[in-house]
Amino acid sequence: MTYCSFCGKEEADGDHGFCRQRLSMIDPPRYCSECARRMVVQVTPDGWAARCSRHGEITSAR
Amino acid sequence: MTAAPEQIDVLDEAREQVLERGVGLTEAQVLKVLELPEDRIPELLALAHEVRERWCGPEVEVEGIVSLKTGGCPEDCHFCSQSGQFPSPVRSAWLDIPGLVRAARQTRDTGATEFCIVAAVRGPDKRLLSQVRDGIKAIREDGNDIQIACSLGMLTQEQVDELVAMGVHRYNHNLETARSHFPEVVTTHSWEERWDTLRMIRDAGMEVCCGGIIGMGETLAQRAEFAVQLAELEPDEVPLNFLIPNPGTPYENYPVVEGAEALRTVGAFRLALPRTILRFAGGRELTFGDLGAKQGMLGGINAIIVGNYLTNLGRPAQQDLDMLEELSMPIKALSQTL
Repeated sequence: MTYCSFCGKEEADGDHGFCRQRLSMIDPPRYCSECARRMVVQVTPDGWAARCSRHGEITSAR
Repeated sequence: MTAAPEQIDVLDEAREQVLERGVGLTEAQVLKVLELPEDRIPELLALAHEVRERWCGPEVEVEGIVSLKTGGCPEDCHFCSQSGQFPSPVRSAWLDIPGLVRAARQTRDTGATEFCIVAAVRGPDKRLLSQVRDGIKAIREDGNDIQIACSLGMLTQEQVDELVAMGVHRYNHNLETARSHFPEVVTTHSWEERWDTLRMIRDAGMEVCCGGIIGMGETLAQRAEFAVQLAELEPDEVPLNFLIPNPGTPYENYPVVEGAEALRTVGAFRLALPRTILRFAGGRELTFGDLGAKQGMLGGINAIIVGNYLTNLGRPAQQDLDMLEELSMPIKALSQTL
């Protein structure tokens, strides 16, 4: 099961078009796509890093 | 025979009053500008651009910002995803000193002259001020001479003096909206408390950066009121944000400000504030897109935040720098600010 990293709901549950639009324009991920936990996110001038307490860190660099 | 006052066109008035004499529009005049029909927006923007060139010059001031302390704020600013009072997905985070130094370096590398350190707090405590002091010291030790601004909420006189001693040259504290609308937006502190901090900053010799957010349910009359209240403050810089309806905030379902309305606002604010640095800040990506950003830069804006914001992302800095080059707008050099 995967989760929407904008709204935290299941990807298979409903339409996430708006979520994808926000993520492509102005939002870093807020929820872990593997477990839907809220992540600790640090935005910096040229990127972001998001850390899930269970699944570790992802960054804009990858 | 002279025209009756109601027949005088507000842009003709502005040309004589603002462009020729450098006197900002009154509240009633700003309201007239905000009510101009859409087909007059190009004329408004052209005039606003002329005013900006006449009274501010051709340079564009570039700035980067970073959040030193994110989320968990005790205040209830209804637009803010960092308030601890709303079910926002934004979690608390602290940026460490090496991260702050890297952020300052990234900002300097864009050609920016300003780097603003921001914290989501009511006001700074000793720990935060200590972090800011250590951060500034580390940025300087990194060989980075970028101008440093701070935005740490409401201050006491002692804290103002501490920031001056640290070498902070500009302080951001937004009034956010018109005085008459503020109680609808924030209930945990008052517009007057913010005003008091701004006066202390000015009196201590720091540059005053004070703006707000358009699209928080204010009327056009309140938008005009806000422009004139800002002019009364005589800030060095006004950052103009457009609401980003962020999830979990009371304003999450508010509409994004429509592009034409936003451009009218840019032009009107320039005509109210002819000599001020007017900065494109958050929300412009949603409100304007690429084309509108250019129109804004040609409509009175003379400063820009490049790269990301505090919790939201901006366009890549290079995209904005390319836009400025395409528009033949020179970036203000650090030597011009010292």
